[in-house]
Amino acid sequence: MDEKNSKKYEAFYSAEGKGIMLWLDLAFWVSLLSSTLRLSTPLTFAALGGFFSERSGVVNIALEGLMLIGAFAAAWGNLYFQSSVAGVLCGILAAMLVASLHAVACVKFKADQIVSGMAINIFAFGLAPMLSKALFGTRGSSPQILSEIHMQTWNIPLLEKIPFFGDVLSHHIPLVYLAIVFVFMTHLWSKKSALGLHHRAVGDHPEAADSLGIKVNRFRIVSVLCSGVLCGLAGAFLSIGHGSGFARNMTSGRGYIALTAMIFGKWKPIPTFFACLLFGFTDALQIRMQGTPLPGLGEIPPQFVQLLPYVVTMVVLAGFIGSSQAPKALGIPYIKE
Amino acid sequence: MLKSLHLFLSLCMLGLLACEKKQSEIENKEKSSQAQQSESTTFKVGLVFDKAGADDKSFNESASRGAKQAQEELGIELKTIEPPDDSAYELSNERFASRGYDLVISVGFIQEEAVQKVAARHPETKFAIIDTTVNLPNVASLMFEEHQGSFLVGMIAAMKSKTATVGFVGGMDIPLIRRFAIAYEAGAKHANPDVKVLTNYAGVTIEAFSDPTKGKELASSQIAQGADVIFAAAGSTGLGVFDAVAEKNIFGIGVDSNQNWIKPGNILTSMLKRVDVAVYETIKEAMNGNFEGGVKRFSLEDKGIDYAIDQYNKDLINQETIDQLEKTKKQIISGELKVPDYYVISKNS
Repeated sequence: MDEKNSKKYEAFYSAEGKGIMLWLDLAFWVSLLSSTLRLSTPLTFAALGGFFSERSGVVNIALEGLMLIGAFAAAWGNLYFQSSVAGVLCGILAAMLVASLHAVACVKFKADQIVSGMAINIFAFGLAPMLSKALFGTRGSSPQILSEIHMQTWNIPLLEKIPFFGDVLSHHIPLVYLAIVFVFMTHLWSKKSALGLHHRAVGDHPEAADSLGIKVNRFRIVSVLCSGVLCGLAGAFLSIGHGSGFARNMTSGRGYIALTAMIFGKWKPIPTFFACLLFGFTDALQIRMQGTPLPGLGEIPPQFVQLLPYVVTMVVLAGFIGSSQAPKALGIPYIKE
Repeated sequence: MLKSLHLFLSLCMLGLLACEKKQSEIENKEKSSQAQQSESTTFKVGLVFDKAGADDKSFNESASRGAKQAQEELGIELKTIEPPDDSAYELSNERFASRGYDLVISVGFIQEEAVQKVAARHPETKFAIIDTTVNLPNVASLMFEEHQGSFLVGMIAAMKSKTATVGFVGGMDIPLIRRFAIAYEAGAKHANPDVKVLTNYAGVTIEAFSDPTKGKELASSQIAQGADVIFAAAGSTGLGVFDAVAEKNIFGIGVDSNQNWIKPGNILTSMLKRVDVAVYETIKEAMNGNFEGGVKRFSLEDKGIDYAIDQYNKDLINQETIDQLEKTKKQIISGELKVPDYYVISKNS
């Protein structure tokens, strides 16, 4: 083998070797999986919000806007009250307030639910910078939240001792755990409790529910408000949980991804959660695959790697949507006869 | 039920009517004020931001600062627009041009097409666009030699790094940001040939410049791979990068505006792109009748590009480093040292 060729092979094998090494490296997997958890948390909250609203029969594409308002209000609350708990509560309250607009428009006035949702997204997109200008004097981003008043990460006592899992699952902020708890609570509530049954009845057969004495419209309004609460949590995670301040348009389309995850999860909490984890995972993987060689393939151009989350969305939607089961009365206002 | 709907709708209509009346009042007022202004000779400047908005703590904010300085010192009349979406750029530029503004300044490469169209329609109006070129006689294209500054901060990063690993987090994956990335890597390797440079981009859409959540995850992944200095050329996505470096108590490098103050003690320096100077100078020239169309370049030589040393970071960078940087700066200005330029490389390949 001449010198030129041997150099080429050496370069090839070292890149290849590095690629394989990386995939066997435990630290790589710890960082990948804990990043997956963090990235899927806002999606999980928002998608659960979508679940509450849509299972009761109200289409909610306003998740994005509700999240943005939640993110802004949480940052303001954290700065104003100097406490992250107050921040989270402010985020919840503000998102719930805006969600009430959607509830009133869709349930009380029978407005087109897609149009109302879109209107709220546009409204939120303008409102957040406007309030930011009024309260912080800048339209772009809020002041930074200093670490003294920032939400602290939790170390789970026993769990953190377990080698691999402890590193992945411990040292997150409380909101990450809250999201997981909410998923299972919602699942149990929806499946086992009478209210959960009513919730599904209202979305599937409002007439039947009504004849059983369930107040359909009141139920729907409360469900949309619940989705506001969850979107507020999602927003709070972005601005004061994971980040340390509000930045303009910081949701960056996560509300729509959450909606996709909920549809992919067939309007059920646990499958929706796994869909969120999948989207979080592809995003985390995409981040780590940029510029890292893959075994057998070498380095993949970054443009292709960045396509990954979108490709997964397309494949997932094209492959699974056929068998998805939307609530039967989704998008249809209930008019009592 | 129907009754209340009617009530609601009629209230809405009433509201609309009231608005309309106000609108016409405003327009009348505007007309009269315009008439007044055409009598006086106030120089009118319109500034169109890109989607990140005027207060992005970075690129747009710098342009805004320059225009405000001109407003205070030169007594111009300044109006600004923040277009809400991509389709509004042309409209915003058109609005200024058709209302008789003397100079319209458009911030950001994304407005290239809009300015191209509007400037062709209004040959009597002067235009300036930042970060891209529009080939019309009434358009001044303000270009920055970002690669020179990136090279210098790359050197700072490599000299500060204890792990011999430095990171780069870019916003949207576009030639402009690659220009930063390539020169940063070259600068780091110039200071320390064995340094490892990790490069990541936040995305392929304009949202990649406003996603601090993604920025923090990108930075965390680089930190997990050993990076201890990370350069963020990513708009407000960079705020997330600074969060990550502050949590681990390592270093970030800011971009465009001086960002040293955002996380004092954890921001090593900022690569300054003096958009404010370019905007101010362009307004001044246009006001004095010295406006010239064509490409204008701002570089290390005229301090249009620089690195920031202030009270927040003066203890982080030692004199030895500064001496070496100044030496390299002179070499770049004199042409002795060639910094790789992505614009040139991509054209040739």
